[in-house]
Amino acid sequence: MADPVDPTVPAWPEAADRKLIGQRIARLDGPAKASGRAKYTYDLQPQGMLWARMLLCPHAHARIKSLDVGAAQAMPGVKAVYVVQKVGAEIQWAFDEVVAVAATSEAQAADAVKAIQVEYEVLPHFVMEEKLAGAPKVDPGEEEKEGDADAALAAAEVRIKGSYFMPSVAHNCMEAHGQICHWTEPDHLTAWCSTQAVSGVASQFAEGLGIPAANVRVIADYVGGGFGSKFSVDRWGIVCAQLAKIAGAPVKLMLDRHAELAVAGDRPSAFAEIEVGAKKDGTLTAWVSKSWGSGGPGSAGNPPLPYVFQIPNRRHQHSAVPTNKASSRAWRAPNSPQGCYLSMSAIDDLAAALAMNPLDVVLQNLAITGRTEKTYREELEIADQLMGWRQRWHARGDSARGPVKRGLGLAIHTWGGRGHRSNCEVTIHPDATAEAKISTQDIGTGTRTVVAIVLADTLGLPLDAVQARIGDSRYPASGGSGGSTTVGGVSSATRRAALNALGQVFARAAPALKAAPAELEAVDGKIRVKAAPERAMTWKQAMALFGRTPVTAAGANPGPGELTTSGVGGVQMADVAVDVETGVVKIQKMVAVQDCGLIVDLQTTESQVYGSLIMGISTALAEEKVTDPVTGITLNHDFETYRMAGIGDVGELVVRMMTGPGYDERGVIGVGEPPMVSPLAAIANAVANAIGVRVPWVPLTPRRVLDALAANAGKAVA
Amino acid sequence: MAKDGKEDDSPPSGGMSRRDFLRGGAVAGALGSAGLLAGEIAEAARKNPPAAPDGMEVWGPGPVPVRLRINNKAYDLKLEPRTTLLDALRDELELTGAKRVCDRGTCGACTVILDGKAVYACSQLAIDVQRVPIWTIESLGRPERLHPLQAAFVEHDAQQCGFCTPGFVMAAKALLDHTPSPTLKDVHHGLSGNFCRCGTYAGMRLAVLAAAPLMGGEEEEEEKDLKDDKDGHDVQGDGAEPEAGARKKNKKKKKRRNHG
Repeated sequence: MADPVDPTVPAWPEAADRKLIGQRIARLDGPAKASGRAKYTYDLQPQGMLWARMLLCPHAHARIKSLDVGAAQAMPGVKAVYVVQKVGAEIQWAFDEVVAVAATSEAQAADAVKAIQVEYEVLPHFVMEEKLAGAPKVDPGEEEKEGDADAALAAAEVRIKGSYFMPSVAHNCMEAHGQICHWTEPDHLTAWCSTQAVSGVASQFAEGLGIPAANVRVIADYVGGGFGSKFSVDRWGIVCAQLAKIAGAPVKLMLDRHAELAVAGDRPSAFAEIEVGAKKDGTLTAWVSKSWGSGGPGSAGNPPLPYVFQIPNRRHQHSAVPTNKASSRAWRAPNSPQGCYLSMSAIDDLAAALAMNPLDVVLQNLAITGRTEKTYREELEIADQLMGWRQRWHARGDSARGPVKRGLGLAIHTWGGRGHRSNCEVTIHPDATAEAKISTQDIGTGTRTVVAIVLADTLGLPLDAVQARIGDSRYPASGGSGGSTTVGGVSSATRRAALNALGQVFARAAPALKAAPAELEAVDGKIRVKAAPERAMTWKQAMALFGRTPVTAAGANPGPGELTTSGVGGVQMADVAVDVETGVVKIQKMVAVQDCGLIVDLQTTESQVYGSLIMGISTALAEEKVTDPVTGITLNHDFETYRMAGIGDVGELVVRMMTGPGYDERGVIGVGEPPMVSPLAAIANAVANAIGVRVPWVPLTPRRVLDALAANAGKAVA
Repeated sequence: MAKDGKEDDSPPSGGMSRRDFLRGGAVAGALGSAGLLAGEIAEAARKNPPAAPDGMEVWGPGPVPVRLRINNKAYDLKLEPRTTLLDALRDELELTGAKRVCDRGTCGACTVILDGKAVYACSQLAIDVQRVPIWTIESLGRPERLHPLQAAFVEHDAQQCGFCTPGFVMAAKALLDHTPSPTLKDVHHGLSGNFCRCGTYAGMRLAVLAAAPLMGGEEEEEEKDLKDDKDGHDVQGDGAEPEAGARKKNKKKKKRRNHG
């Protein structure tokens, strides 16, 4: 060990001192959820609440010519009509909001929406960004350059050229976007929101409504998923508040599933033409890529190309293609699944051209992955063992007899994940129970559980003696749940606040224990002298020193000490079976080996990785938003046609977290996003390995698999 | 007629209002312009209500009395005939464990047990299920005293955001009621009518398999629990059959699970 630890600088406890941190602990709100008692925004019904429905534009690009809400206004039960976009407004995508209605029942609101008379001037639209040549407008980005890519490519011993296509996929949260707005006073709003940014949305309401932010309270006890799509108050949030104002009653406005799938969030599409060059030993030497994609009317994200491997000679240029589609939103690990899929596909094709095992190509180039090199090396070895890669891998194209071909594929990924800005207030009560208040949110990630674990472990109290109070903007401010920054932010802030509270208790307890405050520790429900544990008092005795007054302390992230860092590595391998007669791809097994620094709760951490594998399998095999070029409308805006993986589609899943020395001392790092990056690439590579040809489009539907096989055989499928 | 001989003022099952027709969801959805086409259909229906066949009484379109038997209690409600069971549960009775997600019989988040089978509550009209015992997630355990199946969901972290969870629990309950010792394949089949977006299938497989041997003997607890309920009133006192008998009897009926 290096220098002795300075006790005044917050740090995480040493492994031997962690009673709860790092253990496998069931999420604390699990019983409320599994019993159906957890109340989400969609479930709430404050006294006198009205229901809102919206008229949505059925055209991808149109101008409102006329609008008559008179009949709707006069419908039974209607209490408020709010025109979102007036006559003359130009609408840029289908399913954009035009008018909202609030009524005594949802059915009445829906009836009233149907009575609205609206005429549109339909304008030309563009929704097919995959063919760059046909786009009416392209916003080319700056070229990113390093070394001399063209010379290196010309000099490469082996090179390949490939095109890879990745359409957009939806967030499709189970709980639709929406909120309930309730004006408690003329300029005081309480909003229950399905949001992943409790603090941020409160000020967005204030801005949109022109009221002081201090007058807005946002509550989100339970949130039915977000995945990056629920950071904004959204126009429908403001609309809901306006309806509530007009009606003088609370209003609930939740998107229906069509709107949820059509406009409430998707991942930008990404397409690329890539050339890669290498030496015969697999050393990557040259990279040239051109990519494009659409995020709706504005710009789309630029996928990092080449991904992870900083090939010495490279150039890359990305173009955004504006379309008449709803704006994309941050979709779990923004840009990275695209970058990973596009890059790892090309590198896998290069490995095939080299007749090399892709595992060897990856190992050969780990030096250019930067600081995660060592992590990748350790993880690749573990993944190899868990998958039996070395024993089972075969050259591209399964030569086994019969129509079902097996194949293996792999991908690696990285992510930042440093904890965001967060504040926490800890209160320890005279009865030796404690609570932590943070204006954060638990969107299924386990935030509530993590805060409680850190609080309990820091105070040496049992888990059932502490409460994590989150999901309310009146608590100390915290960041949105994005970029895998939440766990680092809230756990660091909670640790610091709890240590500060503990400092007050130690100062008061020390004289009674005849020790200095720095000589004390809080363990097993006691305050005791580290060197002489028999000199102890219970927490209640310690709190009695404060009379009937609780102890309160604040903590923040960032703050003193390094409790959260950044930069994780992960490796995934896929084993697939492909029927070359039907084109059906089945996942046999997936292995994920993931690092995320110090793990607070092993169980919910693993769940994030399992969830990523499953969501990744779903996007690899089935998910794609299909837009009709003629009408410009999303065709598959329901669960029947927007296909997702079911429980029988995901195969055997193996998750291994990297923990212990070398990992734990890096502090708490987020994990919601990194394992979401690789699955698509690993699966696409496994399919190529199975059937002997690259399927250039995802998702890997039977049709696309058969098309790729047919193209390879030199004939087209009718 | 109600079983106790009192005049039953609830309308007969299978009234005139088909939800798909009035809401126009299925048709319009296929064309991709739900709002407009649904509006036209609804408008047409309003102006020219379809004539009832001879001898059949028309109920609605306004609210009509509906009696539902939910979790061993009877509830007398006034509902428009187009009201789905899901909306009646959630909006009228605040039994919000069943979630509204797709609202068209695909995702399974609204799964309840009806007639001993897992069904999508969004795809049943409340008026149509008056004679049938309905069991919702609220009939199982409470947070402080979970049913073994729910406890297994918690233990194996078969949930993340939790919005799909009650539906999966009810689908799993129906599966285990009919298949007490399921194989992994049975679990996959039994839960194939539900979707989870967070990706909790790995935990679910473990949870259902782990819960299977623990499922016996919970029925009595269910009834004891229900006596504490403030809402509704005991079905027994209302002339309806107790749950266990109804379950046995209903097992004989053949009703396919609605997969939309």
